[in-house]
This record gives sequence, structure tokens and C-alpha cells, in this order.
Amino acid sequence: MGRTELSGFIATLNRDLSIARREGGEAFLAVLFFVLGALLFPLGVGPEAQLLAAVSAGLIWVMALLSTLLALDRLFQADWREGTLELLVISPEPLPLIIAAKCTAHWIVTGLPMAVAAPVMALLLNLPPEGWFTLVGALLIGGLALSFIGSICAALLIGSRRGGVLMTILALPLYIPTLIFGAGAVQAAVGGYESTGHLALMGAITLSSISLCPWVTSAALKQAME
Amino acid sequence: MNLSTAPKGNFWHRLANPARFERLARWLTPWFLLGFLGFVSTGLYFGLYASPIDYQQKDTVRIMYVHVPAAWLAMMTYSTLAISGFVFLVWRHPLAEVAGLAAAPIGAVFTALALVTGAIWGQPTWGTWWVWDARLTSVLILFFLFIGYIALRNAFDDPSRAAKSTAILAIVGAVNLPIIKFSVEWWNTLHQPASVSRFDAPAIDPAMLRPLLLMACAYLCLFFFVLIFRMRLELVRRRITALQYAQAGVSDR
Repeated sequence: MGRTELSGFIATLNRDLSIARREGGEAFLAVLFFVLGALLFPLGVGPEAQLLAAVSAGLIWVMALLSTLLALDRLFQADWREGTLELLVISPEPLPLIIAAKCTAHWIVTGLPMAVAAPVMALLLNLPPEGWFTLVGALLIGGLALSFIGSICAALLIGSRRGGVLMTILALPLYIPTLIFGAGAVQAAVGGYESTGHLALMGAITLSSISLCPWVTSAALKQAME
Repeated sequence: MNLSTAPKGNFWHRLANPARFERLARWLTPWFLLGFLGFVSTGLYFGLYASPIDYQQKDTVRIMYVHVPAAWLAMMTYSTLAISGFVFLVWRHPLAEVAGLAAAPIGAVFTALALVTGAIWGQPTWGTWWVWDARLTSVLILFFLFIGYIALRNAFDDPSRAAKSTAILAIVGAVNLPIIKFSVEWWNTLHQPASVSRFDAPAIDPAMLRPLLLMACAYLCLFFFVLIFRMRLELVRRRITALQYAQAGVSDR
């Protein structure tokens, strides 16, 4: 295959995925957090089936948000510390494309496994079966938005003091629309309503974050590397 | 022979000189303070005394004169943050960066004031302190954006890194502004839709509009007074740091 505009994208994607693979299970710790965190709620709020059915859609979404957040510093932190990030920034390949590749890899390692694990969570948290399909679909679409939006915050925080807590403060407000429409879609499906409206709005959020966030993130990375 | 190295150019370029800005600011500060005192006293007179009570809400409607301008100013302050971030990133104007730094805590206070007075107003009229209505939620997000901006500012040792990072954050967070503005129209929930800034005539009695606008002017004057004051403080602080560096024999940057 000859060199195309996408070769930088594909190379970065492959690189990040093979790093995640060779690290062993480390990348999947976020998914483990997703599962374990959600399973704390029945112990906290009580195991009544009715209560859990009412809140499980929101619970699963909130846990997806938090575990994406937890995994965000994987996006640039290691590359920054060893100097790869600097090379990526000065490379002739378009930086937004490289960032899009890194976000996609991040989604494959965190968002995708979460969507796969979601039906099990739905079962354990007694989410009515009508919502299962929508839940997986919403997590698949919304997870992409979470990775792309999060990349902005991860890039802004490179080299800062107390990155972890700050990541929460910066990213969570930006995540709220995705949460509202994602959980709303599942709630609508459970209640027997049409969930396409919510899903369409969330798709719009995802598409606009895929198309806009890499540019913002590249601006943030460039100023961090100066 | 002309030895002046000061940049020549338009008004904004000339303001980049801290001494020139200081002269203008020192002249402006008392005027904004006077404006605030004048507007707030007449606004409070009309708002608390010389305006009619609402036929449904009785006297609680007067909370509006504190609540609504605070909410307007909270959004305006965030716009200031985003615009100054943009101006700083594009033209590297040093004052824009200082303006953002100075405006953020003011905006946080205005937002908190809007949220708190809203809760106090909501208790007697809606029967609840808080609802998860779209307007209230988006204003709460605005509050967290201000907090995030301030926290990000303090997270870097390098001031220029902090300035650029927060500028980018401020621009990204600006997506929340149209959401706040149109939240009452997109989601038809408890908070009432706009009754002043509409294309047709305001849906509010002139006797109530008068104190509302007076209070808005008072808040605006207060905003500019505190903003310019804080900008002067920041410039002086930087000058002290630079002098300390010079005294210690360390070349600053």
C-alpha cells in the first residue's frame, strides 16, 4: 500500500493498540473499574429490583463516564514522559489526524470493552431487557465522544501539578451533555418510547466532537510542547 | 533622533504598555465605582420600594432584581473569558491574558449569586430549592467551568503555559453559552422563558423593567470596577516578581 493521507493515522492507531496489547491487562483496568464501581451501587442503595431497574441506566452511564475519565491520562501522559509526544507534534503528518488515531485507539481499549461489558452490568443491575440494545448502542456511539472530548482535557493538563483531580473538574462539565442524551436514550427505550431522538442528538455530539476536538487538542498539545 | 521603542499602532496596541494601561485604568476606576453606587441605589429604590408587587408572587418577585442581572453578568463574564482567550491566542495581547485571569473569579461569584438567589426565589414560587431543569443545570455547569478555569490557572508553574491552557479551555467551554441561552426554549421545563431580550417588545411591565435595567447597569459597573482593579493588581504583582528576579540577579525569561 502506498503512502496516503491516512498512513499517519493508521500507523499511530497500530502503535497505540500494540502498546496496549503488550502492556497486558493494564489498559483494561478502566473496564474493571467500570464493572466493580457499578456493582457497588446495589450494596449501597439496597438490592430492591424495582429501585435498581429505575436507576440502572443512569448508573451504568455515570460509571462509563468515570472510568473513561480514569483512563484519560493514558492518552498522552506516557508518550509525553518518554518524549514520543514531542516527535509526534513536530512530525510532518497532520497532528489532528494523529490525535484522532490516538483517541480512536483509546476508545477501542476503553469504550468498546465497556459497551461489551454493559449487557452483563444491565443483567446484574436489573435493567429491563427493552433497554439493553439501546444501552450498548448508546455506549458505543457516546464512548467515542467521551474519548475525543477527553483528549482536550488530557492535552491541557500535560505537565501540570495535580493532574488527576483537575481532570475531573475539567472533563466532567464537558461530559454532561453526552450523559444526558445517553442515559435519556436508555430511559426512553425502557419506558417504551422512541429512543432515536436521544440517539440522534448524541450522534450529533459524537460527530461534532470527532470533527472539532482533534483541532483543539492539537492546539493544546502544541502550546504544551513549546 | 527618535529613541522611542514603544509600539505605535491602534488603541489596543498602545494599551499593551502596562504604564499606559495603568494611567487609563486609574482614571476609569472611580467612574465605575461612582456608576455602581448611583445605579445600585436608584435600582434598589425602584426595586424594593417604588415598583409594584407581582399579582401572583407578591413581594418575592423583587428577588428578580438581584437574580436576573447576576445571571446576565455571569454569562457576559464567561464571554469575556472566551473572547479574551481568543484575543490572547490569536494576537498574543498581554492584557487579554490578564483580563481572563482577573475576570474568572468575578464570574464564579456572579454565577454562584444567580444560583443561590434562584434557589431562594424557587422555594416560595416553585415550592422547591432546586430542580434538575435544563436552565439550572447549564448554569451549574457554567459555575464548574469557572472553577475549572481558576484551578487550571493555578496548576502550572509556568505562567505562559497556564495562560495558553486556560485560553483554550475558555474557548471550548463557550459551547455552554448558547445552551444556557436557549435551554428554556429547547426544553420546556420549570424555568420561565426569556421575557426581556426578545425580538418583540419585552413581556414585562415597564415599572418592573426599570429597576431591572438599573440593577443590570449597577452590576455591569461593578464588574468593570472589580475587573480593572484586579487587572491592575495582577500587573503590579508581575512587576514585583520581575523586580525581585532582577534583584536576585536572575534573568527573567
